[in-house]
This record gives sequence, structure tokens and C-alpha cells, in this order.
Amino acid sequence: MVRCDVVMANDVSGPVAFRQMAKMGVDRVFDSSKVVMVADHFMPAKDARSAELQRRLKDWSDAQGVTFYGQGRGGIEHTLLCEEGWVVPGSVIAGGDSHTCTYGALGAFGSGLGSTDIAACLALGEFWQTVPATIQVEFTGEKRPFVTGKDLILAVLAEIGVGGGSRAVLEFVGDAAEALSVDERLAVSNMAVETGAETGIFPADDTTAEYLAGRTESPWQRERSDPDAAFARRLRIDLAQLPPLIALPHLPGNVVPVDEVVGTHVDQVYIGNCANGTITDLRQAAEMLGGRRVHRDCRAIVVPATQRIYREALREGLLDLFVEADVIVSTPTCGACFGGHMGVVGPGERAVATTNRNFKGRMGSTEAEVYLANAYVAAAAAVAGEIVAPAEVAP
Amino acid sequence: MIVEGRAVVIPGDDVDTDVMYPGQYLNIDDPDAMKPYLFEGYDPSLRDQLGEDTIIVTGHNFGIGSSREHVAQAMKAWGVRAVVGASFARIFRRNCVNLGLPVLESPDAAAAARRGSRIRIDTDTGEVDVDGQRYETAPIPPLVGELQAAGGLVPWTARRAEER
Repeated sequence: MVRCDVVMANDVSGPVAFRQMAKMGVDRVFDSSKVVMVADHFMPAKDARSAELQRRLKDWSDAQGVTFYGQGRGGIEHTLLCEEGWVVPGSVIAGGDSHTCTYGALGAFGSGLGSTDIAACLALGEFWQTVPATIQVEFTGEKRPFVTGKDLILAVLAEIGVGGGSRAVLEFVGDAAEALSVDERLAVSNMAVETGAETGIFPADDTTAEYLAGRTESPWQRERSDPDAAFARRLRIDLAQLPPLIALPHLPGNVVPVDEVVGTHVDQVYIGNCANGTITDLRQAAEMLGGRRVHRDCRAIVVPATQRIYREALREGLLDLFVEADVIVSTPTCGACFGGHMGVVGPGERAVATTNRNFKGRMGSTEAEVYLANAYVAAAAAVAGEIVAPAEVAP
Repeated sequence: MIVEGRAVVIPGDDVDTDVMYPGQYLNIDDPDAMKPYLFEGYDPSLRDQLGEDTIIVTGHNFGIGSSREHVAQAMKAWGVRAVVGASFARIFRRNCVNLGLPVLESPDAAAAARRGSRIRIDTDTGEVDVDGQRYETAPIPPLVGELQAAGGLVPWTARRAEER
């Protein structure tokens, strides 16, 4: 059994977990200081049933004395928990959401779990785990223009596919991994689950320390794999050769260079989610959209991942720039990324999104298509109304 | 434990939990109320085959993507007795184990099963019979066997909580 330092759930996984915890005959959480609930999926409430779930999430949190991030006070769980200092290197975080692997960006073991697992974590502070193998991914060389963390993980997916990480943890190392900001590491770790991996971890370094300063008082240590560690597989990705990439419908592993699909019409661009809704992504989108307009046959949504990011974007004038460009700016929410609400796509429509999944029906209609790409590529597509190399749109 | 039933085959590899239970129905937490949306994004007509004796049969890497337990919970609510597949994605497999739904991995058994095939599973030995032909399944870790024998993570945790 693995001890949890933090247990997290949301308005979708939480209420299902509470039912299971009650069936376990446990009425108090193992440690109220280690439990966090976040209303983010159907937030703000899309309908009465969603409002009721969020109400129940808050009431349960208050009754248990655990931290609750509700409407206007939080944002998308994974970006939020990093921002709020819940995540430190070497810690174990059990999350009722598959993208809990995002915490690997800060050197933590984030384990995405279902609601019954979460119920057991709430009850006893533990989850069961078999020892995974390790796949080491080495990123080397310097990124080319308009290439971001998103492309690095898409390159991994292109290499090993949606099952290649099964029963393994991905470890991201190399000079190019070390050169990434925390925001870009979040994008990389976030999609580790798309390879089937248990999680995806960056060893903590000075960049991590700088990010954590002022966010947390929790002690932490720098961890990395031993020099003589055995790896199930080693990959090396040379960024000097890496162009901006895009995942075609309907699998995140269907990855090709953007150049191969230029000219493809786009109905909606979605910039946001737990992978790529950081201030870094918003700045990248702004570079493309500044002084431009979204193409008349396309529409665009920007979703800052958290209230803090929203406010920072406001301060930097990015929101004004987006609105000026005919983009709508949403409040932080998981929203349309999972087809919940706030900008889902209809039959026959095609979206380019900075999100992490492009399964059939993921963003709404089962007859829609979703392409996954970085914020430069997405924003450039909004301007052109079709997929285009960001260099073509760049000022 | 012996589990017997008839196959309902979900064809294809890398089938994700989004198509098994689309996101727009995730604002439901009652397993019985999840039932009408199972398979909704894949092939809703598969629901017509479900019954109290159903054993789900899948391809490789079944259940990728979201951790939504709604898929396994809705299967259970429909009366699904077990899941046999070529292989499974991590969280879906965990969810089945945790809910006490036997989940067995055997590419050969999965390939042999057709709609309505008679399936007999011995969860103790891991042997699966498909229309009378016997197949071995991948061995399970001892801890998973323990959870399975206990009837899933709910009774297992209940017992451990009581011991504390």
C-alpha cells in the first residue's frame, strides 16, 4: 500500500467516492489537512443537477473540515493544486482524475484513480499499487520556434503510442527537460496518462525550487532515478529535429507534424485545460492573436486554468487582446475539454484544442473531430480559419 | 469462484472511456441512473444485449483515458458479471478490481469469443472457457487476488477500517 500525502477529488469523482466511502462504513476522512476538493468540471453549474453535485461537494467538505475550492476561488484542479503549494517533489498525490499525473512536473508521484480508490484513500490514506517499470525519456537539444512542452509529449506519444507506457512510469530527463519552465513541464507530465503510463515525472531541480518558493512550507527533497537504475525502455528525442506537432482524430497517439495537415478547415479553437491553460499558453496565444481577428468562419475560446492565471492575464492585458480579436474568454473550468459544457462542438465540426484527448465525442458530438496541438498552433488556426504553420501567422 | 455467462463483445482496440460513457452524463452519481448512458458514444445498441448473465469481452488496451468509474459502475448496475479482454488500461482495470468485477486478460480468449459465446471463468485458477475451449489468462498480483477474493475494495477497506 502507498501512503497519500494529498487526496483530491472533484465535482464528478467526489460524490461517487462519498457514496463508496459510506459503504465502507467510514464517516471521517483519515486526515482532514490532507484532503482537497475542487469544483471544476461542470463549474459554473451547467444545470440543476450539476449545481446539486457542487453543493454536495461543498457541504461534504465543510462537514469533514477539508479544503474546498469552489466557484470563483480556484480553477482547474491540477494547475490549481500546483499553484497553491499542495504539491512538492517526492510527495504522493491520489487524485480522482486521470490527469493527476500532471504533478510529475514538480517531481511528485501523482496517481490518477477512480472513485472507489479515492474512497479508500479518504478512509485510510492509502491506495494499492504494484511496482511499475520505468521508461526514461531524454530530451536533448534546443527547441525550434513555436515548439512547446506540448510538442515534447506529443513526440513521445508518436513514438510509443497510447499503450506504450503501460505498467511503467515515464521519467523526463536531459538538458532540454531541465531547460523547460514549470508551465511547460505541466504540459508534458499531463499527457503521460495518454501513453498508458502510471505517471510521468521530472526530477526536481532549481526551476522546481524557484517555482515552489513562497508557495509551500512543506519540506521536500530532490529525487531522481539512481545512476544504475534499470529501465524498461529508453527514448531520446532531439528537439533540434522536432517541428510543431498535432494529434489527429480520434487518438492522442495519431501524431504528425503540423505541416502535414495545413489547410484543414477549423470551426473552433479551444485554448485551455489542465494541460495547457497556463499563463505561458495564454502569452503564446496572444503572440498570434495580437492585433488580429479570429477568422469569420471560425470561433475561439480561451480558458485560463485558474482564477490566478485569469487575473494575471487581465493584468498583462491579454484578456483585452483576446476580446479585441473576437475570442471569448471563459472563466476557469474543465468545460468543453471533456464535452461537459461551455463551448462543445457539433456534428461535422472540427476543433483544434490545446487539450489532452481527442477521442470520438470528447468535446461534444461523436461526429465532430478534435485535433490536439500547442497554443501557438491553435491560435494561429483561429486567425487563419484553418490549420497553418504558426510561422505563417507570426508577426 | 466460478462465473458463467454470455459474451457481449465490444470490438476494437484502444477503446476509451469517453465513448463508453460520454462526459456530458458525468453529473450523475447514482449507478442505476448511469445505466442508460453506457456505450452511448460507441454503439448504444450494445445495451440491448446486456443482461444479468453478461460477460463483457474487449480488445487490446480497453478503457483508456478518463478515470470515470461510471463505466465500470454502469456495467455492474446492468448486471455484468465479468470482463475478459486482450488487455486493459490501468485505471479501468483498477476500477473493475475495486468494484469486485472480475477482470481477466487473455488475448486468445478475447479473440475466440463471439456475440453470445458461452463463457465460464474460474477466478481462482484464472482459466477461461469460451464455448468449451479453455484459455489461460495473465497471472494477477497477489494483492489483486486478495482484493478479488474479498469482493472488491469496499468490503476490503471496511474490514481494515474496523481493525484500526
